[in-house]
Amino acid sequence: MLLNQFLILGAFLFAVGVYGVLARRNGVMVLMSIELMLNAVNINLVVFGVQHGVVSGQAFALFVIAVAAAEVGVGLAIVLLLYRNRTSIDVEDFDLMRG
Amino acid sequence: MVAQNIFFGIITAIVVISALRMVTTRNIVHAALYLVAVLAGLGALYILLTAEFVATTQVLVYIGAVMVLFLFGIMLTKAPLGNVMKMTGTQWPIAAGVAVLIGGVTVYSVIDRFGSDRLVTDGPIFRTADVSDEVFSTYIIPFEAISVLLLAALIGAIVLARKD
Repeated sequence: MLLNQFLILGAFLFAVGVYGVLARRNGVMVLMSIELMLNAVNINLVVFGVQHGVVSGQAFALFVIAVAAAEVGVGLAIVLLLYRNRTSIDVEDFDLMRG
Repeated sequence: MVAQNIFFGIITAIVVISALRMVTTRNIVHAALYLVAVLAGLGALYILLTAEFVATTQVLVYIGAVMVLFLFGIMLTKAPLGNVMKMTGTQWPIAAGVAVLIGGVTVYSVIDRFGSDRLVTDGPIFRTADVSDEVFSTYIIPFEAISVLLLAALIGAIVLARKD
């Protein structure tokens, strides 16, 4: 197996996540795409850990998973609050800060 | 080696197709289910990379906890479950351009740097005990910081989401 197989898969998943964050209008879908990007990073961490024979890669992947769980909890609370105040989670409706 | 490559091909095909469908489907519940397929496929890849504890955590935390949170978020925000709401914004070509640019640059640099480097397959295998030894010795301070972060996120989510 080549090292590149995994790295290119990670790069592809990250790009798909970027597309999802930018193109999707539903707030929950944006959060899901962010999860995709975090997972793309995780696969790189694990594969480099294997490549260099160190356990740090797996440890960092675990930390990323924990941060992702915290992020999704707060993110969904924010989306819920937006829905309660504006009865919409369409991110194109939220342009109060537009200059 | 051959068997690993075959399994890598199968898993990658599932992951890639599910990821593409996730960001293009018009039904948000289907998108959540495609995300489950992507996460499960990545868990299988962690097994292939001998990272057993990361794979277990992936299933427990992502497919278990995070996906349930997402489904609750979908239900509580009364997102249209059918094709009612247009799910993709009008500026999607720009988004696609940015994504292709980022993906292209990353893939190019990865190929340029790691060309045909082979994955080290005879290295040490780190079991759960080794991972926990590392987390609770070298990374004990980040571990404590993560604990505080999770507590802060828990309190923050409650404060944000409560009614009054």
